[in-house]
Amino acid sequence: MAATAAPLRQRVLRRDIWWLEPAALAVLFAVFVVYSAVVGVANEHYYYGPYLSPFYSPCITANCAHFTFGVPIIGEWWNLAPAIWIVAFPLAFRATCYYYRKAYYRSYFWSPAACSVPDARAKYGGETKFPFVMQNIHRYTWYPAVALVFILSYDVILAFRFPTASGGAAFGIGLGTLLMLANVVLIGLYTFSCHACRYLFGGRHDRFHTRPLAYRLWSLISVLNGRHGQYAILSLISVGLTDLYIRLLSMGVIPFDPRIVF
Amino acid sequence: MSANYTFDVVVIGAGGAGIRAAIEAHLQGARTALVCKSLFGKAHTVMAEGGIAAALRNVWKEDGWDVHFRDTMRGGKLLSNWRMAQLHAQEAPDRVLELEEWGAMFDRTADGLILQRDFGGHRYARLAHVGDRTGLEMIRTLQQKAVALGIEVLMECTIQRLLVDDGRVAGCVGYWRQTGETVTLRAKAVVLATGGLGKAWRITSNSWEYTGDGMAMALEAGADLIDMEFVQFHPTGMVWPPSVRGILVTEGVRGDGGTLRNSTGERFMFRYIPEFFRAETADTEAEADAWYEDKKNRRTPDLLPRDEVARAIHAEVRAGRGSPHGGVFLDIASRRPAEYIKRRLPSMYHQFKELADIDITKDAMEVGPTCHYAMGGIRVDADTAATTLEGLYAAGEVAAGLHGANRLGGNSLSDLLVFGRRAGLYAAEYAKGRPKQAAVDRAAVEAASRRLAEPLERKTGEDPYAIHADLQEVMHTLVGIIRTQADLDEALIRIAALRERQTRVAAWGNRRYNPGWNLSLDLEAMLTVSEAVARSAAMRTESRGGHTRDDFPKPDPEWAKVNVVTRKRDGRLELAKEPLSEMPPELRDLVGEQAKPHAESTDMEATVPAGKPV
Amino acid sequence: MTARSGSNGGARDVTVRVWRGEDRASGGFVQYDVPADPGMVVLDVMFRVQALRAPDLAVRWNCKAGKCGSCSAEINGRPKLMCMTRVSSLPEGEPITIAPMATFPVIKDLVTDVSYNYEKAKTIPAFRPAPLEPDGTRRMYQEEVDRVQEFRKCIECFMCQNVCHVIRDHEENKEAFSGPRFFVRLAELEMHPLDTHDRIELTRAKHGLGFCNITKCCTEVCPESIHITDNAIIPLKERVVTEFYDPLAWAKRRLFGQRPRQLGEKEPAAPSDR
Repeated sequence: MAATAAPLRQRVLRRDIWWLEPAALAVLFAVFVVYSAVVGVANEHYYYGPYLSPFYSPCITANCAHFTFGVPIIGEWWNLAPAIWIVAFPLAFRATCYYYRKAYYRSYFWSPAACSVPDARAKYGGETKFPFVMQNIHRYTWYPAVALVFILSYDVILAFRFPTASGGAAFGIGLGTLLMLANVVLIGLYTFSCHACRYLFGGRHDRFHTRPLAYRLWSLISVLNGRHGQYAILSLISVGLTDLYIRLLSMGVIPFDPRIVF
Repeated sequence: MSANYTFDVVVIGAGGAGIRAAIEAHLQGARTALVCKSLFGKAHTVMAEGGIAAALRNVWKEDGWDVHFRDTMRGGKLLSNWRMAQLHAQEAPDRVLELEEWGAMFDRTADGLILQRDFGGHRYARLAHVGDRTGLEMIRTLQQKAVALGIEVLMECTIQRLLVDDGRVAGCVGYWRQTGETVTLRAKAVVLATGGLGKAWRITSNSWEYTGDGMAMALEAGADLIDMEFVQFHPTGMVWPPSVRGILVTEGVRGDGGTLRNSTGERFMFRYIPEFFRAETADTEAEADAWYEDKKNRRTPDLLPRDEVARAIHAEVRAGRGSPHGGVFLDIASRRPAEYIKRRLPSMYHQFKELADIDITKDAMEVGPTCHYAMGGIRVDADTAATTLEGLYAAGEVAAGLHGANRLGGNSLSDLLVFGRRAGLYAAEYAKGRPKQAAVDRAAVEAASRRLAEPLERKTGEDPYAIHADLQEVMHTLVGIIRTQADLDEALIRIAALRERQTRVAAWGNRRYNPGWNLSLDLEAMLTVSEAVARSAAMRTESRGGHTRDDFPKPDPEWAKVNVVTRKRDGRLELAKEPLSEMPPELRDLVGEQAKPHAESTDMEATVPAGKPV
Repeated sequence: MTARSGSNGGARDVTVRVWRGEDRASGGFVQYDVPADPGMVVLDVMFRVQALRAPDLAVRWNCKAGKCGSCSAEINGRPKLMCMTRVSSLPEGEPITIAPMATFPVIKDLVTDVSYNYEKAKTIPAFRPAPLEPDGTRRMYQEEVDRVQEFRKCIECFMCQNVCHVIRDHEENKEAFSGPRFFVRLAELEMHPLDTHDRIELTRAKHGLGFCNITKCCTEVCPESIHITDNAIIPLKERVVTEFYDPLAWAKRRLFGQRPRQLGEKEPAAPSDR
């Protein structure tokens, strides 16, 4: 059987709008990256009491507008925006995430842009070589991501405490509270539906019968994992929108935050 | 230029029986080749859905080989070869466990053993299974074992003729489908495991491979066929839309609680319980439904053997109580939760969803009989699987004997394993005892390759597709579920006419992967086995199992003592009645009273108390 | 190509453009019109073309019920089983394009040489079970078996192999990369509750797991809906991480003087508790 070169391969025979999904994701990611860069260096309008933007949490440098833990943890020597190194952890988690890898390999590297559409590159080594072999660190980016879920949850708890005229605090719910709550739920779902998490909490075992707890955790995470991609996109959007809302309040563009205080 | 290879054992056909035979022959140290018409792992065995019958006793401790033996003999309407039925029932559990040893993953019981499911004609839940894709699991396991052993597999190679030297098999001749080149395989022993003949019928669950070529080759080489009149119509094939007509709906649907209804909503099977099975079959819906949970009740008539159910559906449709597209309703949606259905019957769910836009968890399926299995085939020795031609062995659907007049669901996969192994074992032993390869008859090889070339050399002639379609029509309308002398006579005249057309068949194009040419060569075998079926059916003037004569509607005890044997002598088929071998008394006792060969009555009422552990 | 007169009988026609030829360079699409039936699948259309127009049209098929995985082709540019693709599911009023799988050499028309897959299958070490339980049985439990059974649903249609860009667009990777089908096979063995072989090093080094950039086309085309990427490939990648890219595991091995596992070792399957 003579193996011959394949001119068929050069043609895209698909008749659907295959480029729509990668193009839409390319735009979404680009918008998010530009937005977070601007927000990250802005160093203002990230706190509108009691709401703290997720980009600036945990706020632990001395130049913070609002200290997450009440006191600064990093001293005066840090004079850039507090977001810059905070963003690094979620960025690393998302950049090495199995879902995001799929999305950006398709949208930006076009390897391939869609199924049965030719690869843009002539040579391909996948994740066998540097730098892509570094994707294997994904598991280690998961641990700080979990810590962040707890910190953001703490921010949400604080977002239920509204300052009173007397200088105390009262329980209340504002639109900002709800946005922050939705955001942390989505980030939580995204973080705990992670493939590495699924592996660590049960997937690594071959026998489940003798490990009922691992089996239950694995089953639960497996269900979440089925929607990992959706959580990835939704939590990305919710982070952006939460920050945008707080930012516009702080800037005075949105005149007031609807809230009920008890 | 034709390629030439030499082996100790050549196994033709790589379904369950073929692969199992090749594994065994290889393990015995024979140089073994496994030849298949398709790619490796695509054989018809993948279509088997329900399970492998074996008395593993994981679900019912009361089960045992003796009960399985009894069920098989009774399902076969006492025409089964008792020794094959005995070996089959005794060895099936080991063969199933061996599959597990090789990597198969059956569904499990709560304590981690192989789960078994209910099926028609089996007294206890007996079928080891994997959802509704048991055949796939079996063939993949065997395939992977064969690969691990390094067995030589000749893929997409169609064997057309057996070579015979001095009354012994000497090899075979065929062609590579990918190139069309002729290939000659020399061998000390040949195992035929080529499967059945369903492609001669219009509505069939069988693939294009089921052309009866193994039976035709054996006949041509001088071996005997028996029981050719017994063709099983599976009661439940899809009936709508037309293009999927005949695709199988597993008996597992009924095993898992599905029930048959006619257009009035009646569970009509209660009206079709034959005397033979009356004592062990529930006669009220309440008892039938209770049987699923507790086997102390009598079994539902929905799970009578396949011949009974197929005839009942046929009769309902004929009486005008059929479904809109000429079948009956098979309803599991109203009887089991959707989740259960999806878990137990995933491929059925998928199949109806994709092909018929029907959600079987919400709506009833429409089903009707479809040509499914040949009980008849090559006559073999029960212990060694040797045919009547020295050096030639046969196992699986191509061989006859185990299933008698009607096969029980689940018994075919176990048949493949038990007799596949035996065929491989004894073929290898025979090859060991034969120091030299037999001489290859040059003239026979020449004749075979000349025959291959002919259809392409004719510039004009008969269209193979048209002949095939006409044959399917003849077999479907005249040699179907219900037969009469007049229809069979007519069928034989029409088959003879088709055979005449077949001698003038012309194919277009070259030899490279040419389905038209391949079909033009397959027609000969299809016509031969069709004739054998029609003539055997005309000879057997009674109704029994998969053979129903409208003009002889009752079983005749005299016919319970004989097989119809088909031979080819001087280019013509010759038929004869030959007596069955006598069952030893201790086995006869297991089967029940009516097994006595000289029973006068046609009333075959069971004497074994039904519904109770034996 | 040959054209025969076929009766139309007033039925609606279906138009197909079928790739025909014996090599990629000289072949091309040929258009056929054949009468349509309700509920027809693309494979039925191919039979009609064979019976009425082109008797030598090469199509590989067997069961015609989505169980054997023989009739894989690219229908309107997407890998599909011809027997499970209904004509009514495709855009009406335009011809259906049917091409052979692009990743494998063409034998003729829609039939390709898939021997690459059969060669790769030979390089995977077979199942090696743990010893029997003391009572002579083998016990596995449904919750353990479920995960592996998903992988064993594979019908070897090779569409995942065909759609995988690693070999579809890069012929040179065929040597070092075994493709999604065999990651499914490796995952099945690796996660088998009774298997005692360790194939992780092999998966990384010989089967080229690292080439996969999880773009999930294999999962998209799988006719058995096996979650190839999420359930087979990614868990294998995670197991490779533990073995080769985990600094903690590395440190632990150093500290306690363990060496990395070699081919053929695995912790013995835990005896079940029943």
